[in-house]
Amino acid sequence: MELSGGEIIVESLKCEGVEYLFGYPGGAVLHIYDALYQQKDIQHVLVRHEQGATHAADGYARATGKPGVVLVTSGPGATNAVTGIATAHLDSIPMVVLTGQVPRAFIGSDAFQEVDAVGITRPCVKHNFLVSSIEELAPTIKKAFYVASSGRPGPVVVDIPKDVTAPNIKIPFEYPESVDLRSYNPVLKGHPGQIRKAVDLLVSAKRPMIYTGGGVVISDAAEELTEITRTLGYPITNTLMGLGAYPGTDSQFIGMLGMHGTYEANMAMHECDVLFAVGARFDDRVTGDVEKFCPGAKIIHVDVDPASISKNVKVHIPIVGDVKIVLHEILDTLRQSNQRPDNPSIETWWARIRKWQADDCLSYDRASKLIKPQQVIESLWEVTGGDAYVTSDVGQHQMWAAQFYKFDKPRRWINSGGLGTMGFGLPAALGVQLAHPDAQVACITGEASILMCIQELSTCLQYDTPIKVINLNNRYMGMVRQWQEFQYDGRYSHSYVDAIPDFVKLTESFGHVGMLIEKPADVEPALKEAFALRDKLVFMDFVTDQTENVYPMIEAGKGHHEMRLAPARELA
Amino acid sequence: MRHIISILVENESGALSRIAGLFSARGYNIESLTVAPTDDTSLSRMTIVTKGTDEIIEQITKQLNKLVDVVRLVDLTESLHIEREMMLTKVTAMGGMREEIKRLVDIFRGHIIDVTETSYVIELTGDGDKLDAFIKAIGGKSIIEVVRSGVTGIARGEKALKV
Ligand SMILES: Cc1ncc(C[n+]2csc(CCOP(=O)(O)OP(=O)(O)O)c2C)c(N)n1
Ligand SMILES: [Mg+2]
Repeated sequence: MELSGGEIIVESLKCEGVEYLFGYPGGAVLHIYDALYQQKDIQHVLVRHEQGATHAADGYARATGKPGVVLVTSGPGATNAVTGIATAHLDSIPMVVLTGQVPRAFIGSDAFQEVDAVGITRPCVKHNFLVSSIEELAPTIKKAFYVASSGRPGPVVVDIPKDVTAPNIKIPFEYPESVDLRSYNPVLKGHPGQIRKAVDLLVSAKRPMIYTGGGVVISDAAEELTEITRTLGYPITNTLMGLGAYPGTDSQFIGMLGMHGTYEANMAMHECDVLFAVGARFDDRVTGDVEKFCPGAKIIHVDVDPASISKNVKVHIPIVGDVKIVLHEILDTLRQSNQRPDNPSIETWWARIRKWQADDCLSYDRASKLIKPQQVIESLWEVTGGDAYVTSDVGQHQMWAAQFYKFDKPRRWINSGGLGTMGFGLPAALGVQLAHPDAQVACITGEASILMCIQELSTCLQYDTPIKVINLNNRYMGMVRQWQEFQYDGRYSHSYVDAIPDFVKLTESFGHVGMLIEKPADVEPALKEAFALRDKLVFMDFVTDQTENVYPMIEAGKGHHEMRLAPARELA
Repeated sequence: MRHIISILVENESGALSRIAGLFSARGYNIESLTVAPTDDTSLSRMTIVTKGTDEIIEQITKQLNKLVDVVRLVDLTESLHIEREMMLTKVTAMGGMREEIKRLVDIFRGHIIDVTETSYVIELTGDGDKLDAFIKAIGGKSIIEVVRSGVTGIARGEKALKV
């Protein structure tokens, strides 16, 4: 079969089992678009901005574990995609981004819509390629999918000059069956000696903590994690990226940790003697001041990326390997040995943790006459039976979503944790809903974030994605306002969102349903009504208490044991 | 501490900027960097001299290893090794100075590889200290131009960096 470059791309994507291609056309990719037009297997999703394409592909990838795929044109198409590529990079999300490039003969001449896409994206991809001949197309796409989805996943950019895709130049097509990359061989199995040491240390613990992150979700190791945690009977905390990998409603789960984690999770981190870190990277939002981090703990760290180990915090027992495989190995070793946890010590430890829990650090004023954002998330959890896919934007609403929606399953909580990209939520929800057409999908957002990719409401109409947008409208860039309140004596410099649109009208003009909710008593009925509209996108504009802050909080330079609690709590 | 990291990379366009970019993006220090193809034309060998605490050097080697183009690397300074750098020095050489410079070049076991009525170009190979000592001995006033290749190195004995 002789195919043109454009056709080779399309056929290669089919060979990779790609269902959706999120894209936006332009001069440099027109040959590829022509090839797409002539087939039916891959559904192209026409976004309204290339940033939306990358976030939608990213949401699809997070919800399914399969790589998200993007096609954009050269120049501005590529630069618009960069924010989404960087977002996926920091959260280790598998993604393949095909960017058009000017014809080979024009590269370097400042041609129309030329940017050095490989150069611009280099620091925010796992790897990238410039395809220099039609013969290289299929092998490069094969490599791109392999690199993107193996080891520690990440985005891979393939930059394709227009002339390589020309319809009149054809070569025989054969998609490679395997990839041979001598320079890239991720280690997947843990070192047996290290695993034995880890088990010895785990069972010897008197005040153990299990701290897990996005790596558990990415490696599909929720089951293994749950089994180990239950077998040991130890307390577990998740990072923002790791929520759902262990059931959020389980009694061994003591909440998220870090800057806006629970008091009990952070206190337990501070006092633990053995820390079992799995698929987590000791991010600064998690550790607080590293000098004060887990002062008395021996640390075991499992991660597929050797560079994550001892990067921010020195660990005692590093185990490089795929989280799922290593957890299996640890479970096996644990079962085969006759070592068991020190139950009396663990009981004492739990008693201490229960005391911290009794402080109820997430409590808020339930009698308020204004809608409290926490109430909206709690109601959302109830109305959706705790089983929705929830995407979010960035800000206070994101933290409340993480604190109050108790995720019992992995891949349900989809947010930009690493880069913190406002504008992520809506297009991500689009990708999630396409991946799971029958699932309930909610996008929790703020009135500032939502405006960063609001144009994707149009895409949502075109592809019938009945997302429920939960806009926690506090008429502030709330997270910025909160920092200004705490650190700048309430000088609210440019954090007020002025001239906010009428979201109901705006939504309606996009062809969707809009709702305005202003009273606490209306929150739950409105949510029920919205979710009953199963085939409609509903934008719910909740007018919330402007002054509400996210508590508890670890401020800059503080340790886990120095949390700032809600003011009412400090009085009590 | 000063470290010499030797890297085998795929001989592909972009490999050099990936490595240089990693150093600048993560704020690592580069004292010198040399690169050239090897006997295996699919590979280039790069030698980077850097400085940092043990933790930083560990991160540098891990981050380099993570790059898809990096095939293999070794920190030469972890074991016995030889390091060499080549330097070309152009000096003013007139009258009585001509003989004196020639003697100095002999002492340092260098070569004069270009001669005019007023100048010499001197080729000298050695480790950094030797090259520095030579510059000092020649004296700043007579030096017209100095170019150094940057450090390359190799492990002693049978150990080798290859695929
Ligand atoms: C693209 C981008 N620009 C700026 C920021 C910094 N930032 C973080 S939160 C925030 C405010 C978000 O406001 P809103 O969406 O209304 O959410 P709220 O905090 O009020 O819940 C800003 C500006 C960011 N995270 N992303
Ligand atoms: Mg807001």
